[in-house]
Amino acid sequence: MLEIKNLTCGYDSKFQLRDISFNVKDGEFFGIIGPNGSGKTTLLRAITKILKPEKGEIFLEGKNIWQMNSREIAKKIAVVSHETETGQITVEELVLLGRLPHYKSFQFFETKKDIEIAEKFMALTDILRIKEKQITEISGGEKQLALIARALTQEPKLLLLDEPIAHLDITHQIGILDLIRRLNRQFGLTVIVVLHDLNLAGEYCDRLVLLNKGQIYKIGTPEEVLTYQNIEDVYKTVVVVEKNPISKKPFVLLVSEEVR
Amino acid sequence: MKRIFSLILEGKGTAEYTILFDIRLPRILLGFAVGGALSLAGVILQGMFRNPLVEPYTLGISGGSAVGVCLSIVAGISGVNVIYLPVSSFVGAILVVLIVYFLSIKKGILKIQGLLLIGVMISLISSSLIMLIMAVSRVEDLHGIIFWIMGSLEEPNWFLIKITFIGSILGLIFSYFFCLDLNAFYLGEEDALHLGINVERTKRLLFILTSLLTGLSVSVAGIIGFVGLVVPHFVRLFVGSDNRILLVSSYLCGASFLIFCDTLARTIISPLELPVGVLTGLLGGTLFIYTFSKKCLK
Repeated sequence: MLEIKNLTCGYDSKFQLRDISFNVKDGEFFGIIGPNGSGKTTLLRAITKILKPEKGEIFLEGKNIWQMNSREIAKKIAVVSHETETGQITVEELVLLGRLPHYKSFQFFETKKDIEIAEKFMALTDILRIKEKQITEISGGEKQLALIARALTQEPKLLLLDEPIAHLDITHQIGILDLIRRLNRQFGLTVIVVLHDLNLAGEYCDRLVLLNKGQIYKIGTPEEVLTYQNIEDVYKTVVVVEKNPISKKPFVLLVSEEVR
Repeated sequence: MKRIFSLILEGKGTAEYTILFDIRLPRILLGFAVGGALSLAGVILQGMFRNPLVEPYTLGISGGSAVGVCLSIVAGISGVNVIYLPVSSFVGAILVVLIVYFLSIKKGILKIQGLLLIGVMISLISSSLIMLIMAVSRVEDLHGIIFWIMGSLEEPNWFLIKITFIGSILGLIFSYFFCLDLNAFYLGEEDALHLGINVERTKRLLFILTSLLTGLSVSVAGIIGFVGLVVPHFVRLFVGSDNRILLVSSYLCGASFLIFCDTLARTIISPLELPVGVLTGLLGGTLFIYTFSKKCLK
């Protein structure tokens, strides 16, 4: 699905990412983790062609993204950015914006099919009941669901999420991640997600890449990446890694200075 | 009503016919074009900047125009031919647009926040320049400058009215091709990019378009304030934020609002005339505050 080869890029000649190479397979649930400033968002921005790489190439389904126009890419990749500030629009208007890449030239209004698709994903994300409301009137969790519905309405093959569950309560955190995993398993949607919560990253992702200072520190299954040596080395924090008694996935426990 | 029709059909040559076609009609057409153009520019700029306080004059265009006009009045050029005043105003506007544009472009990217700041600064600089010119100019010139700054729809030149009218309508048609792009801008530039919008091209073209619309309006009608700020907000309260509807309805609403204000300004203390800019400010501001507070209390 996505192939990144020797990617080096950053803002103004200061390189944030150095020599990144990895593949994301069709239908994979792929996680990106790492400390603040390690280049996670930069990596996502390179994938969506917002940042021009200094070196290296990115292929989407075998095609170099710099040889595709932004509309072609928008039909294949949908992005849920973190903390999108929206203007005064209704939930339905927001979700329908996801159909824009599919509009023909000189098409100004959505077709019946566009509305059906939008309603399908609003139902799936359980926001159909608030579709008339202004974005500014709904809660943070509902807003995030609306942004995800908008991304799904793009009918992408690859969904990129940048910290989709930051600042949300555990109900919404699990609700959103469960929803994305369901889409991933049932419809084969490929997912790349940036997560800060290591435990949730380990719980949901098939594979993880751990970034440190703009380079890949480790890539592999959660069991391979989330070891106490790796985490202590990258995050400079003392941790204990146990197993989740039910899912058997690695679980990172933090230890405060006092009891060390 | 009946009289109007019979006048249009048969009244050629009578005094009433002349009044209708040579005095009233040009003013109405000009009011339509200028009111529409300013409101349209306001809607587009507010959408592009995602800032509700932006209006067509924020970018310094009116300031540039005013400096151009002042200079030409003081230098005595404006007396030579009636067309020189609007031309010097337009030249001033275009100069400012070019300065703002090239100062805010970095590495081929138009920085929206920079645009705004530089525009505001240029407005301030030009108002100081105008004060300077006024301080050193003669009394009769002073009168001309103040009269121009207050704005008026009185324009004897049919050619200018036609140009403004056509330019304004063309602007509306052209802007409509970007209504969906403007809708995507509600998500911010980056998310608009993710939706496959060519953000840089849209920003540039819309900036040029709004500059032309504003420059044109200011050149023929002077600085008629408030229309470009208040009308978009007012219309938004009723039709929502969808630019597919908002662009056209703001245009029409702004056009009728300015015609209405101009009619009032002409008749309220007739035979004297109030400056129309005063009325747009007073009426528009009060009406907006009234409607806004009523809507919010509901």
